[in-house]
Amino acid sequence: MPVSTGRSLLIIIAVAATTFATRAIPFLLFPKGKEIPPMVQYLGKVLPPAVIGMLIIYCFKSVSVFRYPYGLPELIAAVVVIVLHVWKRNNLLSIGAGTVLYMFLVQQVF
Amino acid sequence: MKQLKKNGYIRAFQTAFPFTIPVMTGYLFIGIAFGVMYQEKGYNFLWAILMSVLVYAGSGQYLAVNFFAPGVSFLDVVFMTFMVNVRHIFYGLSLLERFGKMGKKRLYMIFSLTDETYSLFFITKVPKDVAEDKFLFAIALLDQIYWVVGSAIGALAGALIPFDAEGIDFAMTALFIVIFVEQWLAGGNRIPAMIGICAALLLRLICGSDNFILPSMICIMVCLIAGRKYIAEDEKKEAVNHAG
Repeated sequence: MPVSTGRSLLIIIAVAATTFATRAIPFLLFPKGKEIPPMVQYLGKVLPPAVIGMLIIYCFKSVSVFRYPYGLPELIAAVVVIVLHVWKRNNLLSIGAGTVLYMFLVQQVF
Repeated sequence: MKQLKKNGYIRAFQTAFPFTIPVMTGYLFIGIAFGVMYQEKGYNFLWAILMSVLVYAGSGQYLAVNFFAPGVSFLDVVFMTFMVNVRHIFYGLSLLERFGKMGKKRLYMIFSLTDETYSLFFITKVPKDVAEDKFLFAIALLDQIYWVVGSAIGALAGALIPFDAEGIDFAMTALFIVIFVEQWLAGGNRIPAMIGICAALLLRLICGSDNFILPSMICIMVCLIAGRKYIAEDEKKEAVNHAG
């Protein structure tokens, strides 16, 4: 271990507390029983699809299209996941096959 | 009475399980990847389990592996963790009412609100014959169990067999793509999804890969608020269509 046991525990506690805080903030701002403003209700409804779109980009954040391999492994694997999923609608198959293909591409091909 | 209550939970877990299979796939893989990385730093599976039980955050824990080094201050730890998780601030907005009805379970629900669980809540309709609070709790807890088990496997396997895990984290990407495709095929209003993709892509190009999530979230909020009249109209029309 690169740092002491005590320090390791404290790091975990700090990461845990900070992570929990980010998740708890909206519930502190709008506590139980308090009227939720219509604008917040509206945002609560339309945010999830927008966030999921953003998370996909987030997963590809380190990809560079200007440098070898030009994001090709990501593109190929993503297209395969989409096509497989539209075709079969089987979550396990789409995620499993896409991941194995991607691992093969980055380890063996590119 | 007690028996009845217990049955309610068993039923909820049985009903919830099939919905969690995609997250199970993703979490086992990326949990394993985390376990392998953490183990390479010199932390055995007990540490991996401890972290996955107490922290429970995908990208947060990947990043956290780097904190276990001399010279990293607690201020760095808190600030960097906050920045990588800042998107979570907005998730609760969609769940204020549903979690509000969950009594003692509410605190765990807030704690366990990861990207994947949040996405799952959004695409899953609660079956009619189970209580909503027990069903949501079952999803949240099952997801965390997959994550803990995955990290333990990774830490153990990583110590036993040298294993090239490069690219395994694509499981997470694939999971979000699958969820995105599901909601796209479900029809409904696709404008918010497009706003999310476009805003994040644009700000990734402008701000670079390390600092674009907070600006993206703000941009998404501004677009959604500015377009409220149009988006909300669209939703109303849809409701009418569905009714007819």
